[in-house]
Amino acid sequence: MIKQAGKDHAELADDFNRDEDRVNWHDETLWFIREKRDKAAHKIPEWESLREAASQIKNNVLSNLNNYLLQFEKNAVANGIEVHWAADAAEHNAIVHRLINEANVVRMVKSKSMLTEECGLNEYLAKHGIEVIDSDLGERIVQLAEEPPSHIVLPCIHKKKEEIGEIFHKHLGIDAGISDPQFLTEAARQHLREIFLTRKVALTGVNFAVAETGEFVVCTNEGNADMGAHLADVHIASMGIEKLIPERKHLGVFLRLLTRSATGQPITTYSSHFKKPRAGKKMHIILVDNGRTVQLGRQDFRNSLKCIRCAACMNTCPVYRRSGGHSYHTAIAGPIGSILAPNLDMKQYADLPFASTLCGSCSNVCPVKIDIHEQLYKWRQVLVKEGYVPAAKKAAMQVMAGTLSSPTLYKLAGKAGRFTIKYAPFAVSNSLNPWFKQRDMPAAPKQSFGEWYKQNRD
Amino acid sequence: MTSREKILAAVQANQPDLTALPDLSGFDGQAFGSLAQFAEVLTAVGGKIFHVANYAAIIKIILAQYGSGVRIVTQLEELKKLTRDNLESLSQIHDLHDVEVAIIAARFGVAENGAVWITEEEMQHRVVPFIAQHLAVIIHEDAIVPTMHQAYDRIANTTYNFGTFIAGPSKTADIEQSLVIGAHGPRSMTVFVLKNS
Ligand code: SF4
Repeated sequence: MIKQAGKDHAELADDFNRDEDRVNWHDETLWFIREKRDKAAHKIPEWESLREAASQIKNNVLSNLNNYLLQFEKNAVANGIEVHWAADAAEHNAIVHRLINEANVVRMVKSKSMLTEECGLNEYLAKHGIEVIDSDLGERIVQLAEEPPSHIVLPCIHKKKEEIGEIFHKHLGIDAGISDPQFLTEAARQHLREIFLTRKVALTGVNFAVAETGEFVVCTNEGNADMGAHLADVHIASMGIEKLIPERKHLGVFLRLLTRSATGQPITTYSSHFKKPRAGKKMHIILVDNGRTVQLGRQDFRNSLKCIRCAACMNTCPVYRRSGGHSYHTAIAGPIGSILAPNLDMKQYADLPFASTLCGSCSNVCPVKIDIHEQLYKWRQVLVKEGYVPAAKKAAMQVMAGTLSSPTLYKLAGKAGRFTIKYAPFAVSNSLNPWFKQRDMPAAPKQSFGEWYKQNRD
Repeated sequence: MTSREKILAAVQANQPDLTALPDLSGFDGQAFGSLAQFAEVLTAVGGKIFHVANYAAIIKIILAQYGSGVRIVTQLEELKKLTRDNLESLSQIHDLHDVEVAIIAARFGVAENGAVWITEEEMQHRVVPFIAQHLAVIIHEDAIVPTMHQAYDRIANTTYNFGTFIAGPSKTADIEQSLVIGAHGPRSMTVFVLKNS
């Protein structure tokens, strides 16, 4: 992660908000994707049952993870895949480095993997003289721009096509002043084809790994994971330990939900099932903990490990849409990232659970039914208790607690805008007041905050 | 303690009490039609569909679309006259870089999302359906399942080393959300639906 030193979410959001046209575009575009998600979901009569099934499968996974890990390891090894275990980011990066060394190369092609962003793999390998080229178009663009992705599904959603044309002019040698997406994509296609054909090691992420069969599934629209993996001698797949699912048939549930939630497509163009390496070639899986077992032990936050990284919670979030992914200064932005990051470092990420209106729209769209906004609220309490929240925010918190504990005041607040924005100014930096002018408010949660609060107060 | 032992011990110590897996038998796919819906969804995701009576009709369409001067690869006996390649004896997969069209049999299609299921066996080399500029796939008209649940029922007891669902041509919308067809994989996908003879 490239972090702008010392700035918190509100300050970084200020930076993003300097260009009002861009913010409006960003806001509207992500809302448009949220609407596509709604249309796709409404076409499936059993959508809610699917979400419930997905949620239950993931609950089961978390409750039986040790057995699934052992089962997966056994089956993957029987399939001819080499399995590695990494306790943290450093160990993950060292394993990748060793595998690259063993292949006797200094270059690698990589498809999208948020885990490698979380581990800072590219920077680590660069320091050791290994060149990594990201092959997802959006990731390649931000890589050339020397920026981190700002969104887990749409890495360069914060960039305008003119800027991308400029980046390609500088790095890929196209003429200056080109901004046609078709042309720019073609230029990247030609550039990356050369890379796919010449790299002997390819790293991919993992969307799902199946304990029952020892196989893993990688989903892309571009075909970049497959191009890299099938042309390389060595395929390294990095996955967080929470990506396991029990049986192959459970893929049916998740593949139905994932892309409909992400972009509104019925499925990604490619859903590739890797079970065995190609004859004579090598396949490695790295199972990474990096704080996941700690989160598993936090009763209030363990549900965040159910996440399938669809980004629906970001697309719908009024704060994310108007502050941009970089304002979260962590690999995974948005509502879910704001739950995951404090687990890794409470001090560094103490601001993130406050970057929310607690409107609940995220929890409503989440395909695995994570109680995202409730966890954000709980993190605030933990962070205050642990002393990680600056005094100014603490004072405002008390105002909020007062508002929430007074029925009259709270009902008024609800009428004014349903949510707490107005009465909890700390939650949304004052400089972000244009949120109030939003044309599209997020869909109201089925359970109002008041109901939720009543249930959870005791 | 190795990292493996450390991770497993931490998982064991921290995981919650066992909860049950859901029953998936209710997802019976009744709300989804079959071939007509498959065709509609495939078209919506950028694919093309032809209903054909036999392989001769496929050859005719392929030649009309791509001409005879381009490199076509296929494993299918019935289409052998379209290709000069023998994929089985190919020694270096990177030689496939200039393939214009790959024609592959798929096991079945999925009505709800327009995807077809293809395994390494039908591809011969895993990279074939990705590296070709254009992909053509053949399925039988009765090989359509309603949803992904039935797809996995069908896959359940089969073995494969690699298998993939493919739904349409490769695509991206990474630049300002403008849809561009032809990202890194094929620029088009054509599905030939073979009528039962
Ligand atoms: S928390 Fe839910 S909505 Fe957000 S990315 Fe994860 S699965 Fe998707």
